Amino acid sequence: MIAFAIKRFVQALGVMLVVALISFMMFRFVGDPVNQLVGVDTSPAERAALRETLGLNDPVMLQFGRFVLKAAQFDFGISYQFKQPVAALIASRLPATLELSFVSALFALAIGVPMGVYTGLYRNTWLARGFLAVSLIGVSLPTFLIGILLIFVVSVNLGWLPSFGRGQTVNLGGVWSTGLLTKSGLQSLILPSITLGLFQMTLIMRLVRGEMLEVLRTDYIKFARARGLSRRAINFGHALKNTLVPVITITGLQLGSIIAFAIITETVFQWPGMGLLFLQAVQNVDIPIMAAYLLLIAFLFVVINFIVDLLYVAVDPRIRLDGGTAG
Amino acid sequence: MTPALSVRNLRIEIPTRHGVLTAIDDLSFDIAAGEVLGMVGESGAGKSITGSAVIGLLEPPGRVAGGEIHLAGERIDHLPPDRMRRIRGKRIGMIFQDPLTSLNPLYRIGDQLVETIMTHQRMTTGEARDKARKLLEEVGIPAAKTRLSSYPHQFSGGMRQRVVIALALAADPELVIADEPTTALDVSVQAQIIALLKQLCAERGAAVMLITHDMGVIAETADRVCVLYAGRLAELGPVRGVVKLPQHPYTIGLMAAIPSLTGDPDKPLAQIPGSMPRLGTIPDGCAFNPRCDYRFPPCTTERPVAYAAGTSQAACLLHAPEFSRVAPAETLKAADAAGIRLPKPAGEAVR
Repeated sequence: MIAFAIKRFVQALGVMLVVALISFMMFRFVGDPVNQLVGVDTSPAERAALRETLGLNDPVMLQFGRFVLKAAQFDFGISYQFKQPVAALIASRLPATLELSFVSALFALAIGVPMGVYTGLYRNTWLARGFLAVSLIGVSLPTFLIGILLIFVVSVNLGWLPSFGRGQTVNLGGVWSTGLLTKSGLQSLILPSITLGLFQMTLIMRLVRGEMLEVLRTDYIKFARARGLSRRAINFGHALKNTLVPVITITGLQLGSIIAFAIITETVFQWPGMGLLFLQAVQNVDIPIMAAYLLLIAFLFVVINFIVDLLYVAVDPRIRLDGGTAG
Repeated sequence: MTPALSVRNLRIEIPTRHGVLTAIDDLSFDIAAGEVLGMVGESGAGKSITGSAVIGLLEPPGRVAGGEIHLAGERIDHLPPDRMRRIRGKRIGMIFQDPLTSLNPLYRIGDQLVETIMTHQRMTTGEARDKARKLLEEVGIPAAKTRLSSYPHQFSGGMRQRVVIALALAADPELVIADEPTTALDVSVQAQIIALLKQLCAERGAAVMLITHDMGVIAETADRVCVLYAGRLAELGPVRGVVKLPQHPYTIGLMAAIPSLTGDPDKPLAQIPGSMPRLGTIPDGCAFNPRCDYRFPPCTTERPVAYAAGTSQAACLLHAPEFSRVAPAETLKAADAAGIRLPKPAGEAVR
C-alpha cells in the first residue's frame, strides 16, 4: 500500500516537472520578457542590466531549475498588469473558484447518482425516459448558453436570484474569503453551480445508469436474489457499490475539469475566480499568471487523481495489492 | 407423503417479436424430501429455466404460462413478489454454475453470510456470525473464523463454490436447486463438491434438483433422472434404470454417446445425427422424430405423453400400446434389440 502510494507520488512528480517545463517555455516563446517589463524609452544598457539581474543570460537549464525551485515555494514572479506577486493574486481568487467547483461537483453527484440509479432500475418507466431526454439537453447544450438562459429566466424574468458576482463574502483567518456563510453569497452560488455542474450531472447519471444495467445482469446479483435478500439490499448494497469504481474515476477527472473550465461560467456570471483572472491575463499577455495557472491546474489534477487512486483501494478489495490470493 | 417439490404440467413461454416461444411444454415431475433428482439435457433443453421458474426468478419476458408448482403442498407459482422473496433463500436455496462470479467481489464472505442469515432468521449479529462460522466449517473451509473476513478473490474456485453452498444452505431450505454446480470447476474438485452437496442436503433432509449435462455426476449422485429434450420431458425414472436400460430413443443415443475408457480409441464416438431444434421450429408430433432411428408414421403427427416404460416413464410412442401396435415389424425388432421394453401386446407380435 505504501509502496503503491510512493510509486504514484513519483509519477505525479514527473507529470508536474513536464508541466513546469511547458509553462517555463511560454516565457521564452511569447517574446522577450524584458520588453514586457520596461517602457519604450529604456536604454539598451538598462535593458542589459535588467536582463542580467533577471538571470536571462544564464543557460536555459539553469533558468528552468530556478523556475522550478521558485515555483515549489509558490513564487511565480510579478504579474505584468497588476504589478503584484502572482501567488498573492491567485490566492485571493482561489477560494471563489474552489467553492464554486466543489458545490457544482456536489450538485452533480447528489442529483446525478440517484437519477442514474433510478433510470437503471426502472428503465422502462416514463419518468426514466424523461430523465434521459433531459440529460441529452445537459450533454449537448454549451455551458455559456445554459448560463445565459438561467440568468434570463431566473434572474431577469423571475428576479429570484442574483445574476452576477459572489454576493457578500466573509473572510476566514485572512486567507480564505467564503461566500458560503452569507445569504447573498449562497444565493449567488446557485445559478453558477447549476450551470457548471449540469453537464457533469448528466454525465454521471448516464454513467451510473449504464453501470447499473451492467451490474444488474451479473451472477452475483442473481445469486443475491436467489438468497432472498430485499430489493433495497440488492439495489443499493450490492449493485450500487459495484458501480462506484468507474463513477469515482469519472467524477475525479471531472472535478479537475470543472475547476479548469470554470473559466466560461465565471465569465458569464462575472464570478471573481481564477478563471476570470486567467482570461484577463490572456488578454494582456500576462505570462506569469498564465504559467502559474497552468501549474496550479496541473497540480490539482494530479492531487485529484492521487485521491481517486486511493479511493479505488477503499472501495474495491481486489485492488489492494498486498492482499494475498489463493490460486 | 407430500413431495418437497411437485411440478405439474408446467409451461413456460417467452414472448418475442417473432411470436411466443414455448421454452417448457407440459413438464411434470416430483422430488421427495431427501431425494436428488437429476435434470439432464442439451444446452437449451430447458433445464435451467425450469430451475429459475421454481425459485421464481424467470428473466422477463419469460413467464409461467400454465401448470402449477407446489412446494411441500403449497402452491408457489402465483405468489406475489414479496412473499416469493421470503421463500427464496429460506425454503428454496439455489447454487449457480460459476462460483467465481456468484459472490459479490466487494463484500467479505462473512458479511455475505451474515446478511443472508439475518434476512431469514431473527438473530443478533453475533449469533449470525457464529452460525456463519459453523456453516463454513460444515462446507469444509479450514480456519473458518479467520476466513470469514476474507474477500471472494482470496479463495480458489472450489473454495468459492463451498462458500456458495454455505450461502444456499444458510437458512436450511427444504429444496436446493443446483444449476450445474461443478461445470466451472476443475475436474479434481468436482467430485468433492458434489459429495459435499449431497451429504449436506441428506443431513438436512433437503430435496435436491441437480441440473447438469454431466451424466457421470448424475449416475453417481442422483436418485432419479429427468431427461429433457426441446423443453419437453423425454424420460423420467430411477437413475439405474435410465442409465443402464434407457427407454427413450433420445436417452439411448445420449448413453451411447458417452465415451468409454475401455472402448477402442480409434473407433469414432457415437453421436445422434442432427441437432436439437430451436424453440420456434419444434416439429409436429414428437420433438425428437427427425433424429430418431425408430420413427414410424404417427411420430410426425401424434404428440407423445409420458407412458410407463420399464422402471421409468418415457414420452415415446413406442411405449403407447395403441401406437406400437401399428409400428412396422422391423422398427419394433430394432427397438427391442436396443433394450426398449415394448408394451406387452406389441412385444408378443415381435416374438
